[in-house]
Amino acid sequence: MKSRYRRILSAVLSTVVLIGGGALILGQRVNAAGEGKITGSVKLNGAAPHMKGIDMSKDPYCAKAHATDPGHLETVVAGANGGLENVVLYISDGLSGSALTDVPTAVPVFDQKNCVYTPHVLAMDIGQKFKVVTSDQTAHNIHPNPNPMTGNIPWNQSQPPGAPPVEKSWKAAEVIPVQCNIHPWMHGWFVVVKGPYATTDSSGAYTINNVPPGSYTVTAWQEEYGTQTQKVTVAGGQSATADFTFKAK
Amino acid sequence: MRRTLRKWSPFIAAAAVFALAPALSAQLTQYDLEPRSGMESHIGNITGHAKDAKADYRRFCVGCHGELGDGNGENFPWLDPKPRDFQLGIFKCRSTPTGTLPTDEDLSNTLARGLDRSNMPQWSNLTKQQRADLVAWVKHFSPRWVSEKPGTPIQIPAEPEVTPERIKAGRDVFAKVQCWKCHGVEGKADGPSAATLTDDQGRPILAFNFTEGARPKCGSTDQDLYKIFMTGLDGTPMPSFADNIKPDEAWDLVFYLKALEPQKSKEKAIAKQLGLKPVDPNAPPPSGQ
Repeated sequence: MKSRYRRILSAVLSTVVLIGGGALILGQRVNAAGEGKITGSVKLNGAAPHMKGIDMSKDPYCAKAHATDPGHLETVVAGANGGLENVVLYISDGLSGSALTDVPTAVPVFDQKNCVYTPHVLAMDIGQKFKVVTSDQTAHNIHPNPNPMTGNIPWNQSQPPGAPPVEKSWKAAEVIPVQCNIHPWMHGWFVVVKGPYATTDSSGAYTINNVPPGSYTVTAWQEEYGTQTQKVTVAGGQSATADFTFKAK
Repeated sequence: MRRTLRKWSPFIAAAAVFALAPALSAQLTQYDLEPRSGMESHIGNITGHAKDAKADYRRFCVGCHGELGDGNGENFPWLDPKPRDFQLGIFKCRSTPTGTLPTDEDLSNTLARGLDRSNMPQWSNLTKQQRADLVAWVKHFSPRWVSEKPGTPIQIPAEPEVTPERIKAGRDVFAKVQCWKCHGVEGKADGPSAATLTDDQGRPILAFNFTEGARPKCGSTDQDLYKIFMTGLDGTPMPSFADNIKPDEAWDLVFYLKALEPQKSKEKAIAKQLGLKPVDPNAPPPSGQ
C-alpha cells in the first residue's frame, strides 16, 4: 500500500516536472538537421533483490525445459556490474512533428519460449505492429490486460503448439501487463510509448535512435522501481548521454 | 459500550473498506455519463432508448451493478462472481471476436438468459422493449460505445450431422488445443491450471465443469458452445481459439463437449458406443502441427 502511495506521489511529481519542463521547452524550434541519439546506461545501486524461483512442475513440458536452468522471476534483472536489464527509455517530453508521429515499421516479437516470455518486457510505439509467437510444445494463452479507459482493449487468444503468430498493435501509451492463465507464473509487459524508445540490454546499456536535435525529457521505466526522468539536449547528428541509477530495495 | 465497539470493530473496519471500495474503483462519474444518456440500441426492429430504462435500472439492476454501472452496488461485497463493471465495456458473452464490443443483441440475450451460477437472474419477464432500453442504458456507462463499433459477429456454418468420426475428431481437437489444461481430461474442471485461474481483476475464477449438468454462462445451445470457444470469454482466462480451430473442427469439438455432459444426447450415446476414453495429457503432441 505504501509503495502504491509512493508511486502515485512520484507520478504526480513527475507530471509537475514534465509540465514545468514542457513550458520551458515550448517555443524552442527543433532544427531539422541530422538526427542524433540518446545513449547511456541504467544501473542498480545496491544488491539486487532475490528473485524467487518458479515451480513449473504442474506442466511437465515446462519443468523439463528448465531441468538444468530453473526458472525464476524477472522483476529485477541486474548484471554483474549492476546494469539493469529490461528498462524502457523513451522521450516523455519535447518531441514534435514527425519524430512524434512516425511509427516504426519494424515488428518486434514477443516469444513464448520454455514457458517464459522472451523478452520479459517488449517496448513499442503507439500503432506499431508487434507479433506474439510460440516456440513451445505446450498450449499458452496470451492475455494482455490494459485499462480499456485508455483506448487499449484487452484481448485473450489461445496459442497451442504450432499456432500461427498473433499480430496486433495498441492505440494508446500505457504499461500493459501480459499474462498466461494456463501458466500463472508467466508474466510480462508491453510498454507502449509515443515516439522513439529503447530497452536496456543485459549490461544496462541503451541507445534511442532517430532523435532530432532539441531538448528533451527522457524517462526510464522499470517494472519494480517505477520511473525516473532526466533532461538532455541533443545536437544535430550528435549523441547525448543520460545515465540512470535506481536504488535497490 | 467499549466492549460492543471492540466486538464490532472488525465489522466496522470491513464496512469502511467496502464503503471506500466504490470510491477507489469508479473511474467515471455522473458528469461523464450524462452526455451519453441519449444512447440507443437496435435489436431486430426494436430501438432501445437509454433514458427510458432509468426506472427499470434503478429497480432491478442498481443493487448489484451500482448507480454508475461500475459493479459496485450495495450487494457487491456478498456477490461471487462479482457484478460486471459496465464502465470497462468488457463482456463475456459475445458473438464477436475477442477484444471487440458485443452486439446489442448479445447483451439483450444475456439479459434474457441470465448467468447461471451467478446472482444474475433471467430477465425474460421483461418485454423486449424494456430489455432494449436497458441494453442502451448499459452501453451508456462505457465510453467505448462512442469511440468503437461492435465487432463483426463470427460466422457459424450450418451444424453438420453428428457422426462417430466427428466425435472422435472433436476429441483430437480437445487434445490438440489442450482444453484439458483447465477443463480437465474428463471435463471436470480439474486440469493442472484450474486451481490458479483468475479473472482480469485478479479474482479467483472456476473453469467450466462439463460433467455436473450446469448450463454454460453464455448459453447451452450447440451454437452457443461454438461461439464460446471461437470468441473467448473476455475478462476471464478463456481465450479465443478462432485462429487455431477451423470452422469444421469447431463443430467436432462441440459434439465432443456434448458427449462429456451428463445430459442424454445423441453425442453421449455415440461416445458410449465407441467406448471413447479421455484424452491422454502425456501423449506426445500430434506431429505436423
